[in-house]
Amino acid sequence: MYTQALNQADTGSKLVEDADKLARFEAKIDAEERIEPNDWMPEAYRRTLVRQISQHAHSEIVGMLPEGNWITRAPTLRRKAALIAKVQDEGGHGLYLYAAAETLGVSREELIDQLLSGRAKYSSIFNYPTLTWADIGCIGWLVDGAAIMNQIPLCRTSYGPYARAMIRICKEESFHQRQGYEIMLTLCRGSAEQKAMAQDALNRWWWPALMMFGPPDAASVHTEQSMRWKIKRFTNDALRQQFVDATVPQAHFLGLTIPDPDLRYDEASGHWRFGAIDWEEFRQVLAGNGPCNRERMEARRRAHEEGAWVREAALAHAAKRRARAAAKIAAE
Amino acid sequence: MTEPKMPLWEVFIRARSGLAHRHVGSVHAADAEMALQAARDTYTRRGEALSIWVVPSAAITASDPADKDSLFEPTASKPYRHPTFYDIPSEVGHM
Amino acid sequence: MTTIAITETPLVLSLLRLADTALVHSHRLSEWCGHAPMIEEDLALANLALDLLGQARALYTYAAEVEGAGRTEDDLAYLRDAPQYRNVLMAELPRGDFAFTILRGFLLSAWAHPFWQAATRSTDAQLAAIAAKAEKEAAYHVRHTGEWTIRLGDGTDESRRRMLAALEALWPYSGELFEADAADRAMIAAGVLPDPATIRPAWEATVTRVFDEALLPRPADGWMHTGGRSGRHTEHLGHMLAVMQHLQRAYPGCSW
Repeated sequence: MYTQALNQADTGSKLVEDADKLARFEAKIDAEERIEPNDWMPEAYRRTLVRQISQHAHSEIVGMLPEGNWITRAPTLRRKAALIAKVQDEGGHGLYLYAAAETLGVSREELIDQLLSGRAKYSSIFNYPTLTWADIGCIGWLVDGAAIMNQIPLCRTSYGPYARAMIRICKEESFHQRQGYEIMLTLCRGSAEQKAMAQDALNRWWWPALMMFGPPDAASVHTEQSMRWKIKRFTNDALRQQFVDATVPQAHFLGLTIPDPDLRYDEASGHWRFGAIDWEEFRQVLAGNGPCNRERMEARRRAHEEGAWVREAALAHAAKRRARAAAKIAAE
Repeated sequence: MTEPKMPLWEVFIRARSGLAHRHVGSVHAADAEMALQAARDTYTRRGEALSIWVVPSAAITASDPADKDSLFEPTASKPYRHPTFYDIPSEVGHM
Repeated sequence: MTTIAITETPLVLSLLRLADTALVHSHRLSEWCGHAPMIEEDLALANLALDLLGQARALYTYAAEVEGAGRTEDDLAYLRDAPQYRNVLMAELPRGDFAFTILRGFLLSAWAHPFWQAATRSTDAQLAAIAAKAEKEAAYHVRHTGEWTIRLGDGTDESRRRMLAALEALWPYSGELFEADAADRAMIAAGVLPDPATIRPAWEATVTRVFDEALLPRPADGWMHTGGRSGRHTEHLGHMLAVMQHLQRAYPGCSW
């Protein structure tokens, strides 16, 4: 998921790379070999990876908030357990991804600082509010559905630690989408009010979910380079189409209407053709003007600041233990 | 203020009896006990483990990829270490 | 659906006391999800919350079965009001800071571990089975919250100050863990539940061991709060349930 980072222009300075090393690096990529942490890599490859992996990690961590918003209100104990486990998984996935980024020589502290200072981005989708319980269904069904589509190809991404993190993430996430769809199914088979709740949530999440794949290929600065380096394996538009094709029949099964008057099935190609996406909305959300950007960042900052004394205490205690152990050895 | 760095630990898990511990990822923790607990809470949520090792990442010494040729190439020219190097008539049977 | 009235036989009441304490504590822990001091701790606290939620579900399901009125775990959790909740007060106090959460978790799990251990020998086979699972979970809860108690008690000046404040706030709620009323005594006599008096020494030993290492003073046992186990709660539980039960109450009779 969350490969929107690839669409930002790389503003770093161009370094003159060793031509031989570059040739060997590219040969390795072409041969589907993995690049490992200590291997030589072009600076732009490293920068792109740090940006993409850390943005992916930030998205998982910020992504805990909209769903976490309903943990205390989950309507049954079974749903409550599933939701806690799911939000917990997202934290775990953030953790795996930060660790993958750290193999590229950047610390988790620096990465978190980039997020909290507003220098790093995270997926636009998490700046939308979760207003009703049906939003929890929609996030699992659509947002995790879109994420899986993006993430499965990343299991074969060229950077070893990233690929391995993605394999673990994809394995764990397999329940997330089913969990969401089951919520939608229960609502759609429930009372008229519940079904209306489900339709309302779909109306609000459909277009933001399509935007998750990032801008159209024609406007995507980084796609070509990242495809060549196998950091990214399918284009934004290809993945988006794949998502729409998979999701439309699922919506029909629920008896819900996709909020797109231009949606139609194209017999010739076998694809569902959809209407124009409002890229201005996408641009605004990325620029910080989504409905919840401010709240999300405030929540993350608060957690970080209020947790500072805990991290300090843990380090201080560890230092005391080391000092005591050293004193004991010295005394013996 | 710069946030002080929380040490990084590498996590190794024995998934089943008889298997070796295998690297599964990393956690941050101030000390070994908390690293072990973090590894348990992070990497064994789906019953993946019988045993966990945590090792300070800083304690790992890795070979330099630049030394790959000098470290690993020479073994390629020693086929006599492999059983197929030796000719034994098939009548002798499996050996 | 409107609030339900449960026929509280001694066994049903005992099961509700255990279930409510687990659920309410789980709920408070789950409020950390996404807001913990470090990601590792988001995962750890969620694990504690999930263990307790699992215990609560098993206990509610059994309580509903014993009551025999055809109710479900969700009826018991979502359709009783605060005065019908039977949890100990300590579990319902607001989340507080990380020191408060850790110390509450420690004091409760230091009680839960020997309690469940003893309950594995219950004459009630179903309760014994629930206890066998809960005992292992509680052992880890003691370990996790105990190790944090040590680190925060003997960490920085600030962490120590926060732990002392949490201790002062929580200690007067610890007495309720060892109360025994007529219903409890009936269950103890029948060998269904362990006698809290037999749990206390193990609790004391764990608290003393950890507090000694954490350099925290064990407070004197002065006046203690009481009432949660018979439905007289703090103001906080009503708010918690208003949030937790919102959907079930706003859309009565729906499936979710």
